[in-house]
Parts: sequence; C-alpha cells; structure tokens
Amino acid sequence: MPQIFPKKANVLPILSLGGALLGGVALIFLVWYYFSPEFLVVGYQPDQPVAYNHEFHAGQLGMDCRYCHNWVENSAHANVPPTQTCMNCHNQIKTQSPQLLKVRESWATDTPIQWVKVHHLPDYAHFSHASHVNNGVGCETCHGRIDKMEVVYQAEPLSMGWCLECHRQPELYLRPNEEVTTMGYVHPENFVEINLARIQEEGIQPPTNCSACHY
Amino acid sequence: MVSRHTEKKTPLAWYIAFGLASSMAALLLLSLAYQVWNGVGVWGNNQPVAWGWPIVNFVFWVGIGHAGTLISAILFLFRQKWRTSINRAAEAMTLFAVMCALIFPTFHVGRVWVIYWTLPIPNQMEMWPQFKSPLLWDVFAVSSYFIVSLVFWYVGLIPDLATIRDRSSTWLRRKVTGFFSLGWTGANRHWRNYEKAYLLLAGLATPLVLSVHSVVSFDFAVSVLPGWHTTIFPPYFVAGAIFSGFAMVVTLMVIARKVYGLENVITLDVLEKMNIIILVTGTIVGFAYITEFFMAWYSQVEYEQYAFINRAFGPYAWAYWIMMTCNLISPQLFWFKKLRRSIPVMFALSIVVNIGMWFERFVITITSLHRDFLPSSWGYFEPTLTDVTTFIGSFGLFFTLFLLFLRFVPMVAMAEVKGVMPEADPHYYDEGDGHTAESKVPYIQPAQEDNGRNEAGETRGGK
Repeated sequence: MPQIFPKKANVLPILSLGGALLGGVALIFLVWYYFSPEFLVVGYQPDQPVAYNHEFHAGQLGMDCRYCHNWVENSAHANVPPTQTCMNCHNQIKTQSPQLLKVRESWATDTPIQWVKVHHLPDYAHFSHASHVNNGVGCETCHGRIDKMEVVYQAEPLSMGWCLECHRQPELYLRPNEEVTTMGYVHPENFVEINLARIQEEGIQPPTNCSACHY
Repeated sequence: MVSRHTEKKTPLAWYIAFGLASSMAALLLLSLAYQVWNGVGVWGNNQPVAWGWPIVNFVFWVGIGHAGTLISAILFLFRQKWRTSINRAAEAMTLFAVMCALIFPTFHVGRVWVIYWTLPIPNQMEMWPQFKSPLLWDVFAVSSYFIVSLVFWYVGLIPDLATIRDRSSTWLRRKVTGFFSLGWTGANRHWRNYEKAYLLLAGLATPLVLSVHSVVSFDFAVSVLPGWHTTIFPPYFVAGAIFSGFAMVVTLMVIARKVYGLENVITLDVLEKMNIIILVTGTIVGFAYITEFFMAWYSQVEYEQYAFINRAFGPYAWAYWIMMTCNLISPQLFWFKKLRRSIPVMFALSIVVNIGMWFERFVITITSLHRDFLPSSWGYFEPTLTDVTTFIGSFGLFFTLFLLFLRFVPMVAMAEVKGVMPEADPHYYDEGDGHTAESKVPYIQPAQEDNGRNEAGETRGGK
C-alpha cells in the first residue's frame, strides 16, 4: 500500500505539540494581561471640555486638593468643583483668556461644564471617599501624582483585585491623616510598624466581604 | 459491512432525516437567541419554581448519556462481549446527549456571558468560584465527563478509522481518515498498548459515570427542600440514568439495525440483554420510589409527608402517575421472555421509559418546588412556548449530530466485533470445546492481514 502522508509529516506531532504548548502559554499571558484593567484602563486620558491643568494648580500654585474637591472628607462622593469655584479666582485672573471661555460661558448661562469622568467605577460597586481619606489613604495612592498631570489620566486599574490588595494589607499603604493630600509623600523607615500600631489602636478593619461595596 | 455505510452514496432518507433534525436544531438556536436577548423570563419559571424545564432537560440528557459509558466501560470491565456491537453507537449517543445537556446549565443562567466565572481562573477580581456548590461540581463533573467520553470514544475509533482509511478510494477520504487514524498499523505493540489504554480508560470512566450523575443529584439532595433533601438520590439518580439511557439506546438501535441491515451484528440476544438491564434498573428505580414514600411516612416530618401526598394527589398528580406507570410498571413487562424479545414491544417500551424518566425529573424538580415550607409561596408552574421549543430543539441537535455520526463514522466497533467473533478464538481449531461443534474444517485465515485483529481478540479474551 502506498504511503498516504509524505515523510515530512513526521514533524507534525512535534510541531503540533510545540504549537499547542506555545499557543497555550501565549494565550494565557495575552488574556491575563491584555484583557485586564491594567492594560485596558490604566492611562485612560480623555479630552476635557476645558483644558484644566492639575500640574499648574496643584503642583505649581500648591493648592490643597480639598480647595476644589471639598466634600472628599465628608461624603462618599468626591465632588468635581462647580463653576463657582473656578470663578472665585478667574473673575479676577486671566479674565480675557480664550482658554477660559467655556468657564465664563457656563457662569453666564448657568449651565454646568460637561467634564469627562476618568475614574469610573460601575455603579454596583459603592465607594466612599470619606471613609478612606479619614483613615489615612492618601490621594496619591489611588490617583497617582495628580500634581504632575497636565491632563488627568487613570493611574491605577481600580479593579477589584487592586482594591482587595490594600484591604488585605492596609499597613503597606496607609499614611498619617495630615499627610493625606500630600503629593510625593515619602514613608518613614518603620512605617509598617507605625501603621500596624495605628490599625490596632484605631480598630481599622478594611472589609473584604461582598456587602462592603456591592451591598 | 459496517464501513460500507460510510462509503456508499448517501441515501435519500438520510437527507430527509438530516433536514428535519437540523431544522429542529435551528429552532434550538432561535429559542436560545430569543432567550438570551430577552432574558430568562421568557421561560415559565416563576418564583417558587425557579428551576423549570431547563434543569429537567439537563438531568434528562445527562441521564441519557450515561448508558453509553456504562456499555463501553462498565460492561468492558465485566468482560461482556455482547457490548461490542452497540458500544460505538452508545458512546456517540453519550457525547451528543452530554452536548445537549450542557446547553441547559449554560443557558438557564440569567447572564450567560459571565458563565466563565464558574471556572477557577486567576483574574483581576481576585475572585474564585464557591467550591461548596454542587452546581460548580456539575461544571467539573459534566465537562470532565464529556472530555473523558470523547477520548474514550476516539481511542476506540482509531483502529476502525484505519480500516476505513485502507478501504478508501478517494484521495481526500484517505487523507482525512489517515489523519484521524494517527498512523495506526495494527501492529502487535500497538494493540497491546491500545488494550491497556482502553482498559485504563474504562476503569476511569466507570467511577466517572457513577459520580457524574451523583453530582447532578446533589444539585437537589444537598438543598433543604422536602422532596429534594434525600440521601437516596445519588444511587437512585444513577439507576434512573442507566434506565433511561438504555431505553434510548434500544430506541436508536432498533431503528439503526433495521435501516442499516445490522440484524446479524446487533442481534436479538443483544437487545434482550439490554432489556434485562432496563428491567433491573427500572426495578431499582421503582424500589427508590417506594423507599422515598416509606421514608416520608416514617420520618414523621409533616413537610416531607406533605411533599409526597402532594406528588400523588396534588395539582401535578397527573405527572406523578405518568411517571409511576412508565417507570415502575411498564418495565416489569420485560419479565416475559416473549415481550423482551419482541422488537415492537421493546421499541414502544423504550420510548415509554424515556417519557417516564423525563417526568421523573419533572416531578422531582417541580412538585418539590411549587409547594414547600411556606404556603404563602406556593405557586404553579406552566411551561411557555420557548420552554417547549428549546426542548424540541435539543432533540434536533441530538439527532443532527447522531445522523452525522451514522453517516461518517463506523457505527459498530469493527475491530472489537472481530475480536469476539468465533474466528478470533485461538481455540477455534480445537474440537469439543463447544465452539466448532458443527464444523471440523479449520477456518483458513487470510494469514498476514488479520494478525493484528487476532492479537486483539486474544488479549481481550485472555485477560
């Protein structure tokens, strides 16, 4: 009986084995990384209607975060400042700037500025800013160096796994309450022990159960 | 004789049957698309009865599938040679029934697109499935059952595909079958490894058969519901699975042997033995029904007692009595040898049995749910059109696949049947051992070509 397959078909088993192996490994890593929020959302930087510059206001002018985001200590929601806050200064400063045209329009017509939200959690995950800020989670830990961002982008994945890493080991991330809004805060040498002592003393128990965020 | 069916021109009847089956399968696709788009509310499930037909059909199809593995694995361990003529078709039936079954747990969830969350994959949520849930065990049980059945079936197919390859006359056919037969030459060494692998797979598949349907029964037995929370469920479900699965095999084989002229391979003796197994498992199932009733009375738990009174005399009494008639009474007819060997009787009874077993799952699922602890949450379940079309469509998928199998794959395990034929017996030449009483002329072997197959027969017979 003649051969059905030529002799070079002998490499097929090795090829298919190697291919399956490589393909499997590649697939795992591709999915694992490229389908994760770390790849999909970190660095998200939409165009804003007004070219607001955090690097200038928070960085160079040294404004405290809470001047504009003034409900962050009291509310679950850290507010975006209304046009009123902008106009506190800009009715005197750079009143003719074309960049601020939309702000003045908003002020004149009583229509809010349509900011684009960068950090967007799905609404089945409830997040409270106040409970984090008042327990020593710095702005920087979750939002990155905002004072160096000309345009805000998402610095962290905000995935559930990322949240849980801190909730399981908060001592690696906490800082004193008075340093919460400090940008570029450097932890002291023994900050883990300090934090552990503080967690013990204040009874900080970051929840890792479903009902904490998902109700 | 067997390979001819895959070689000759496709008969018209096959096209007609395939057209029918595939249009039913299209109905399944439509129903599922409609359901996914509109939500599970298109089914008749309601608040007390949140598990309706989808689960009933799931258990029904998984049960059907169990006979195939029983025939190919358990009967292999028991060295039952009569299994050889039916095991290929029965295993194919398993595979297709499990495919049909898997549709239901996949689509009865409200959000099918996140069903991969049931798999333990490391993910960005750092979440894992709940390993305490029998529904998760179902995922593992049924998926490994499908994979093992597929491997088992394919391993069994390799020598037969080689036969088809060697008989093939066209270039494409030779390439395709040559590819799938993986270079099988039927060498002695091939056969020895093959037999060992087959035995190991049979040994692995046997506990799998018993555990898979037990796991399916845990879906019910692990809950707290009166009528569900019973320790008898695992063996009783398995017995029911074998009962319904064998009935399905009989239904299919009665038709196949007639249409394909396999009366000399799938003999009446084989069918009779299957009917005996139907009788045995049917009686086990009947015993379980009576035990459940006894235990309900004996338990002195009013909920348990009411659950069973409700089954027999409640709003679903009709389903209960259909189940009792079909499953408890009808298989008892097989005590009569005449009925057991009558093709029309066994054909009718096998269908009756499957109707009964469908109703068994219906009764267990729905009558226990629709009236339980709180009378304020009593309801009534009525299937909708989508329920019905999905179920009919699953039959369409099953028969589509089964017809494709009949057309393209040898439906009888040729190598195995040859191994149990008298010619394969090394003692065939001996006189007075009962094998060759009628003929003293030694059978002349076509010496070279059949060596491999004789080896198979020897190893199989000799272990």
